[in-house]
Parts: sequence; C-alpha cells; structure tokens
Amino acid sequence: MTYDCAVIGAGVMGCATALFLARGGMKVVLLDRAEICREASGVNAGTLTMQMTRAALVPYALRAHEMWMRMPEWCDGGTVLATACPGLSVAFTPQEAAMLEERAIARRAAGAPIELISGNAAQAIEPGLADGVLLAGHCPIDGFTSAYLTGRAFRPALLNAGVTLMENTAVRGIAGRFVLDTAAGPVAATRLVLAGGVWLQDMAAWLGVSLPIKVLINQLVVTERMDPVMRSVLGVASGLLSLKQYANGSVLIGGGWQGIGDRVRGGIAIRPEAFMGNIRLAAHTVPALRDARVLRAWTGLEAETADALPVIGPLLGVADAWTIGSVHSGYTSGPYMGKILAQAILGQAPEMPLFPMERLQ
Amino acid sequence: MIHDIAILGGGPAGMAAATEAARAGARTVLLEESRDPGGQVYRKPAFDGPRDADQRAGDALRAALSASGAEVITGARVWGLGGGPLVAEGFAPFVVSALGAEVTARTLILATGTHERIIPFLGWTLPGVMGLAAATILLKAQGVLPGRRVVVAGQGPLLYAVAAKIIAGGGRVVAIADAATTGEWARALPALFARPDVLARGLAWRAQIMVARVPVLMGAAVTQAVGEDRLAGVRIDGRLMEADALCIGHGLVPATEASRAYRAAHVHDPLLGGWVPVLDADRRTSVPGLYAAGDGSGLRGAAAAPASGRIAARAALRDLGFAAPASAWGAYARAARAGAAMAGLMALRPELVARIPPDTEVCACENVTRAAIEAAADAGAGTMNQLKHFTRCGMGPCQGRMCGEAASALLAARRGVPVAAVGFATGRTPLRPVPMAAILGDFDYADIPVPAPAPL
Repeated sequence: MTYDCAVIGAGVMGCATALFLARGGMKVVLLDRAEICREASGVNAGTLTMQMTRAALVPYALRAHEMWMRMPEWCDGGTVLATACPGLSVAFTPQEAAMLEERAIARRAAGAPIELISGNAAQAIEPGLADGVLLAGHCPIDGFTSAYLTGRAFRPALLNAGVTLMENTAVRGIAGRFVLDTAAGPVAATRLVLAGGVWLQDMAAWLGVSLPIKVLINQLVVTERMDPVMRSVLGVASGLLSLKQYANGSVLIGGGWQGIGDRVRGGIAIRPEAFMGNIRLAAHTVPALRDARVLRAWTGLEAETADALPVIGPLLGVADAWTIGSVHSGYTSGPYMGKILAQAILGQAPEMPLFPMERLQ
Repeated sequence: MIHDIAILGGGPAGMAAATEAARAGARTVLLEESRDPGGQVYRKPAFDGPRDADQRAGDALRAALSASGAEVITGARVWGLGGGPLVAEGFAPFVVSALGAEVTARTLILATGTHERIIPFLGWTLPGVMGLAAATILLKAQGVLPGRRVVVAGQGPLLYAVAAKIIAGGGRVVAIADAATTGEWARALPALFARPDVLARGLAWRAQIMVARVPVLMGAAVTQAVGEDRLAGVRIDGRLMEADALCIGHGLVPATEASRAYRAAHVHDPLLGGWVPVLDADRRTSVPGLYAAGDGSGLRGAAAAPASGRIAARAALRDLGFAAPASAWGAYARAARAGAAMAGLMALRPELVARIPPDTEVCACENVTRAAIEAAADAGAGTMNQLKHFTRCGMGPCQGRMCGEAASALLAARRGVPVAAVGFATGRTPLRPVPMAAILGDFDYADIPVPAPAPL
C-alpha cells in the first residue's frame, strides 16, 4: 500500500503532525528509529514558559500552552500532567536587570503578558525565591508538564486516528518519491514529513537538500523528592536556569547548560563544570535547594538553525516533502506547530504563518 | 596527579587488582565506599572478636593490599564518572568523583560487586523484611541479629550463610525456605568439589543448621509478609509462621551502573546474574582502558574474585606498557566453576515473578505496581527506558537497582519477548544520590560561569 503521508521522527512535532493529518483524512505512517518520544520530546524540562521562548515564537507558544493544558480533550485522554502556575524570570545584577527589561518588553510586544515587578513582589509570588533580586519578570501564563509522559500521551490517540506507528524502524534512505528504505522493508508514501529533531540535517541530505542544524546538548538535573520549596516556574534573565517543583516533590533543574555529545553519539555525558554551574545558579535562586539531594542528571538534544528560528514548511526543491523542527523551546510550542503544518499539508490555510526554509539558503 | 590504574570497589576482586597493580610499580588507587576494604563477603567487623574463615581471608587480602603501596581511599561514595570515552572528542583519562575525593587515571578497573535481587511478594515492604545482603552487613560488621525469630528465605548459598550466622549469634531461625529443590542443589554440588574450602564452609553451615533443628523447606517460597505496621509473621506457601524478621533474597545481580555510564557493550546472561559487560579473556570491556572484575562483571563468587581482579590488573598493566606476569586463567577457571554452580542457583526464577500479586508494588520508590507495569506494556512500552517514562518505574532514589530485575521480567513476559529484548535503563550519574550541600561548595554569584544567553 502507499500511504498519503509518511512522517519520520516520532517526537512531539512528528506525533502532532501525524495526528492532525490522520484526523484530516490522510492515511499516515509515523516512523521512528527508536521509541515514540524517547529523545528530546521525552527528556526535556517540560517547561511551558513564555520567558524563555523567542519573541517571534511567543504567539505560537501561547496557543500551544493552551493545547498542553487541554491535552486530554484533544488527545483522547492522553495526559502529560500539564500544570499551570505563574512564571518568574529574575535579575540579580544591574546588567541582568537591563537584559530582563529588554527581553520582557519584546516578549510583551509579541503577546506574552509579562510585567516587571520588584524583588519583594516576586517573593510574594514565590516565597522560595532568594533575597537580592533587583527586578523580576512575572508572567501569569506559565507552567510545566511531565515530559516523560509525552509518548504515552500521544500513542493511543495516534492509533485511534488510524496512524500506522512503526517504532524501532530506522529509515536508512529515501528513493524516488517516496519509497523509504527501512529495516522493516520499503514503505511508500506520496508525501513526506521530516521531523527528526537534530537529525533533520541527515534526513534532508537523503533528498539532496542541505539544511545545516546545530546540535545543543542540554543538561538536566533532578532532585529527590523534598518538602515544597517553590510553587512557580523560575528562571533567570539570561534564560540559563529553569526551576520547577513537581507534585511528587522532586525539583527539576534545567536552563540549557551544555553537556557532552554530538549528532552521532547522542548526549553521552554531563559536563562537570556545567553541572556545577547549573546547580549553583539554582541554589543561589532558591536557597532551600541546598538541602536537596541530586538524584539524576541527563542530557537531551536540541536542534538549532543558523538563525535559531524554526524550519516548518516545504522542503526546498522537493515537491510534497515538508520539514518541521528546530523550534527554539520546541517542546513548548510543539503541538501547535504540528497542527499548523498539518493544516498546510491538508491544503488548508494555516492559522498562523509557517517558517519556510528559503531564508536559510 | 594522574594515576596509572584506578580501581572502583574494594571487595576481593578490587583488593587483589590493586595489590597486583601496585606491586608491578603502577601508580594505583583504590576507591571503596565503606570504612574498610573487604567487600560484602570479607567485610571487616567493627568489633573485636574471634575471626572466622571469611574474616581471616579478608584480613589476608587487606594485609596484602596495605603492603602493596596502593593508595586506598575509603569512605568514598562515588557519584560522578567522566573522561574515558565521555569527552567531546577522542579519549581522555578516566575521572572518578567521590564525595571528598576525585581521581584521574589512565585505566579504570570496575570491581563494583553486586546488589541483591528481591522479587516482590505481598507485604515485602513491611519493616522487618530485609535483604539477605543487608542481614549479612548487620551480622558481619555489627554483630547484630536481624530479629529474635527469623525466617530466612530465597535462593542460593547466602541463605545458609545467613541462617548459620544467626544461629551462631544466638538467634532463632524459625525456618529456611529455599526456592531451589533438593534436585537442583544435588546437580550443583559436584562443581563445589573443585573448591574443597568452599564446600567445607557450606557443609559447616548445614551442620549448624541441622544441630539447631531448623526446618529447611525446599522448593518453597514466601507468599506473604504478614503484619500491621511491622512484620509479625511469614506465610510460606500458605503456612503461617510467627516471625519478627524475614531475611530474603533471590540472588545477586552484577552492579553495572559504572560500565553502563561509560556506554560499554553489555550482554544478558542469566547464569552470570543478568546484564554484564562484554569482556575479553583478559577482562577488557568494549571501552579502551576500562576493565571489569569480580562478581560485578558476572557472578562467579568471592573465591574466584581475586583471580579475576589479578587478570584485569595484569591486562591493564600490559596495556600501559608495564611488565606483567602471564595471566593465571587456570586458577580463575577452577575457582569460577564452583561460583558458576552457585550462580545457577541464584538465577532469576520466572515462577516467582509470575506470582507477584497485581496490586503489589514492584518499584517501591515510585509506588509502581505489577498491574501498572503490565498496563504500560499493553499501552506500548517495549523497553525498560520506555517503561520508566510511562510509569516512573526506576526513576526514584534507587535508580532501578531494587525493581529492575522484577520489572524487566514482568515487562518481557507481558510483551512475550526474552528479558534481554527489553534492555536496561541508560546509566546515569550521579551513581548514588548526592547531597547538594556536599558538592556546592562556597561560591560567589559573580563566579558562576553563566554561558551566553539564548537569542531573544
């Protein structure tokens, strides 16, 4: 049989695109070389914050925030335990305060309801916050998910929608338009969506298209369960910290400090200096974290184009082939990005503009 | 300073490896988590008293280690592993971080021993229920009895070692419930003739148990730990026995967190205890400069561990350009034969996994029941990493050390695949939970090397 569309890469972008394509009437196959949402989509910090989202992506992130919060309604009950809470981005130095102000203004202009408040006002919102905050950005629309649940949340809905899910099925190359050479034999489809995260560059190369993607090796640290020490999503002006405490008491420490790895080996190890810098920044921001015990650290791979904006749209020069990925804070915006790409592939006008790759040539 | 050879773990394999390495002139360092080297079998008592055969053997290994000139760092809770292949490009010396110590070495020998497999049953998390290994720590290091009326249950020779120690310490063993049958033991015994010392020790345990008239139930399994807020009784195949302690273990599992963290190749072999690093005859892993010895690289018993440690040390010495004697594979093979028979008796028993009740927690850290694991399997979880994502099984403080064996057996059975097919959770640091206060140190905010901000 020939599918209407083959989606390669079962992360949040691929899952959302496949789901909305299938609901739009297409016969869809979703392939992944490993398991559903087990790379970046399953190991990221689950942050739904506007204050770490690039200003140009804020309108998308706001719509995606809404989708995450209501996920069970549109995803056949699938849940990532999305939790809404206030978000704070704080500045400890005058330089950081200036950066915070500049960034808050730009994001506010893009639609994020961020207001600048004093350190005392920030402590009223987040009693766990350290003294010494000069200025804080407060955004009432924030929150987080348990990202590790993402695959489990999407899976039943995909199957219910009639998507053929082929996990542990690596695509080795693509012949003609389009026959996928896979470990499980050839898979034919009339349309193609490349949703391979940091491996988008390799996928585009199958079709002779150059699409350089930089690989970020983001580190994450989680603590053992502890008594409540915070109740917001906390960051710093530079964006190099994200902190949240889950209902079970564990605190997740992120912010994009860089670990060791590459496209070929994946994320292979924590960089000790970055680990130390990250947890020191966390403990400086929420002093009660000094009493925490670090349970585990890991890495997740984030893709970035030359201008750090997404590639969502037609694959240049190959009819009926599309890409989706390299969305900064991509998990935050992921389901909405999949939704609008599906609209375009289905021949509808997308609710919001796509991010065509022409600009990168 | 960069050491030539670092050894992680100070049990018999690690002590022998360090001794061998230091004697050959290599700059050698041994990291051990406990207060003294010795490991689980040769644990040094914290009190003075008459020494038994194990303690004398441990003293001899400790004396040789101490005379060898190897640097020994005890009380070293290792949490961080780096270097080796875990670098941006190429290959670097291995870096082992412990609380209060950091070691850099050109080669690293893993001699990390085992942890205990406990297949859950009704009530297994009640206070008063403990592992056989935990009981041996109480008995050997502290001279403390696990209870006044003790049921000893599970599999393998440890059952009889623990029961004999309780009796010798003046405690009462209510019953021994051995999951193996008399026939299984009879088939395993001939291999012990290769090591008369091991056989004699086992026979001495049996004699103590017979003299104390302890009922030994063969082919028997604990079905329930009974009690309100602590253990009051133990049900063995339906028969209730009053007890205030249950020492139970279903075999030993090689501790492979370190070799997993270094991304060495592993293979699943039930007769070696489960997942073990792939090794050549000289105990080299698939990672250059990384070796593994002792029970942590596959169960072959304490008697075989020193020989395997020496083989690893000699391989490391030769790889570093030191002169080293030919490896004594014969001595190792003889000792390992007895250990292999015992490893067979300690292998995972699928029938025990099959009888875990649906509502019983398998992952005690994250309260994940058998039913939840099977529901996740039905919902599409096909590997241990995916099961972790679907259920949080193995995400807690023990990092899957307690639940991994039972959970992978349940997942594999439900999926209808061999246990090897569901894999194991990716190795992550810290290897053990580490207090933030112990590693943060003093710092100024201005000194935190915050990278350049992401684009706006």
